[in-house]
Amino acid sequence: MSKKPSAPAETGAAPAVTPSLPSPHAKAPANAALTAEQKIELYRKMVRIRRFEERCLPVYNAGKIGGFLHLYIGQEAVAVGACSLMGKDDHVITAYRDHGHAIAVGMDTKPLMAELYGKVTGCSKGKGGSMHYFAPDLNYWGGHGIVGGQIPLGTGLAYGVKYQGKKGAAMAFMGDGAVNQGAVHEAYNLAALWDLPVLFVIENNRYSMGTSQERSSAGELGKRAEAYDMKWYVCGGHDLYEVRATLDEALRRAREQHKPAVVEIDTYRYRGHSVADPDKTYRDRKEIEDYRNTKDPLQIFQNQLVFEKVLTDALIAEIDAAARAEADRAVEFAEASPFPTAEDIQKDVYWETDQAQRTSEGRIFFNNID
Amino acid sequence: MATLTYREAIRAALSEEIERDPNVVILGEEVAQFNGAYKVTEGMLEKYGPKRIVDTPISEAGFIGMGIGASMLGIRPVMELMFWSFYSVAFDQIVNNAANVRYMSGGQIACPIVIRGPANGGTNVGATHSHTPENILAHHPGLKVVVPSNAADAKALMKTAIRDNDPVMFLENTLLYGVPGEVPEGDVTLPFGRAAIAREGKDLTIVAYGRCVVHSLAAAEQMKTEKGLDIEVIDLRTIRPLDVNTVLKSVAKTHRVLIVEEQRPFCSVGSHLAAIIQEEAFDELDAPILRVGTIDAPAIYAPPVEKQFQLPNPERVVAGILKVMR
Repeated sequence: MSKKPSAPAETGAAPAVTPSLPSPHAKAPANAALTAEQKIELYRKMVRIRRFEERCLPVYNAGKIGGFLHLYIGQEAVAVGACSLMGKDDHVITAYRDHGHAIAVGMDTKPLMAELYGKVTGCSKGKGGSMHYFAPDLNYWGGHGIVGGQIPLGTGLAYGVKYQGKKGAAMAFMGDGAVNQGAVHEAYNLAALWDLPVLFVIENNRYSMGTSQERSSAGELGKRAEAYDMKWYVCGGHDLYEVRATLDEALRRAREQHKPAVVEIDTYRYRGHSVADPDKTYRDRKEIEDYRNTKDPLQIFQNQLVFEKVLTDALIAEIDAAARAEADRAVEFAEASPFPTAEDIQKDVYWETDQAQRTSEGRIFFNNID
Repeated sequence: MATLTYREAIRAALSEEIERDPNVVILGEEVAQFNGAYKVTEGMLEKYGPKRIVDTPISEAGFIGMGIGASMLGIRPVMELMFWSFYSVAFDQIVNNAANVRYMSGGQIACPIVIRGPANGGTNVGATHSHTPENILAHHPGLKVVVPSNAADAKALMKTAIRDNDPVMFLENTLLYGVPGEVPEGDVTLPFGRAAIAREGKDLTIVAYGRCVVHSLAAAEQMKTEKGLDIEVIDLRTIRPLDVNTVLKSVAKTHRVLIVEEQRPFCSVGSHLAAIIQEEAFDELDAPILRVGTIDAPAIYAPPVEKQFQLPNPERVVAGILKVMR
């Protein structure tokens, strides 16, 4: 587990070496405690995320998904590693690249795919779309479209947990582009000032849309925590064990001492910023290929689990086939589902108007479906 | 009945709700140790302690967003903006998170937050501190917007706001804080969307809210004395939801309408109200609907000019009445 590095981490450059086996983080307490079944489940979740998102692409290109589609492919170990550490009073919130976290917290892929289709069976009834997945029953608070806007909300989740006297923490995820938003810094200050149990997790995939970290951010991203007297960590996002080892320590500190921290995780997205991004102007193909060939999080964890004799070739094939079949079933479910009706447009706007009896009087909507 | 100022009435509502519900927490700049920039929360820190009355840094986007996040977990934050004018630095949090989170989650999340503070001109603080954003807030489905004109309403509506499970924007007025009024004792609430007929009349309907109700009542009295006119004054109390029926009923009686609001004319609350009246009661109208509002410019500093010319006042309301009655 790496803490404050002695020298600034290099940014933007492709990693030079293939991580060695076994993972140096395999013996960290959070990982040593895992059973074989749990390890297989972590691997399976990463595969399910990737197959789900790969299945989204042809569907999007066929015009069945509207708007934006920000794929998480390449970053799977971050969401799966982080969310696997959640206890019952821990909470997660993230930005618009939110499919991975949704599957990681345990959401069913059928309503996730249906949401992309804009169907009423979607996880937000077809009202949120790709960027706005929510599952409060799983302590998953979205899915937010405005860069950095979710970070004060995540701080509020931590405030709520502490106010209610619970021993939990919030993980507020953001991309590297969010660190320059004022709301993020305001949240840092509040969290540090009031000892709120929140982890600000920066998924540094090196590009805020098409602008590289060098071209958008001064200094080291995680280090900004120091200005707020917050502890910060930086770790690799390709080795699931490393993600878990780092966040486990930070989470324990948050839950037990109500101490916030910034955790910068180096990761990489293989696809464009969104599917609409042709990805031809701001990075070399070689950079993507190098990462994929040396740091792919699925491959690294697969290698690790084969080394541990937890995974076999047969099991790997079975997990992959099951994940593909699951993605296909999600598409079938979405295809077969109806769209919301015109009347549904004005449902779920107010808590009040969703109840059998209104609590207020007067006009609350100023036009209606004819 | 007790005589309380508007400020004391709000404080009474906040105190009673703090005592009633352990999830109610008051946060804002200077609300605790300083006793409130406008003394609304005076004495509350001493009485309820630092867990319930919390000073925030000057960081509206941060603390409003934090309150919204906490409200998703069932906390009921009552967040003070020292001036509603500062909403602009927290606008993303209000319109994208508070207003939308329920919708975007398909109804899975409630956001029971109250954001309160004064929203008015007339105190010679210049354009940055004189915004009246009730129209802008009410433009966003998901938000409720309340603008009380007197102490009794302020207390009852604040209690309703805190108990409401939707985000409520509560707009007060620094020029009303010291105005006393009779306030019923005990746990009295008022439903949103129920206007008050502040003065009954048959010759003209004035629709107003907030401090403009006070101007309208003064003008109506003057017109009674000088012209023998019986003017009806409706106090909307809440902008969203909006008590359209009470307005239309009055229009059917008087056939003439003047809207008085501390709003600039373009896309104001009155613009929309006028649109509703002409759509739904066109045949009842004997004269065009007129509006008396803020003169269309940023708020001027020059004290007598702001008061006399730019903002609504009884003299300008009288001039408006005479135009509609012509």
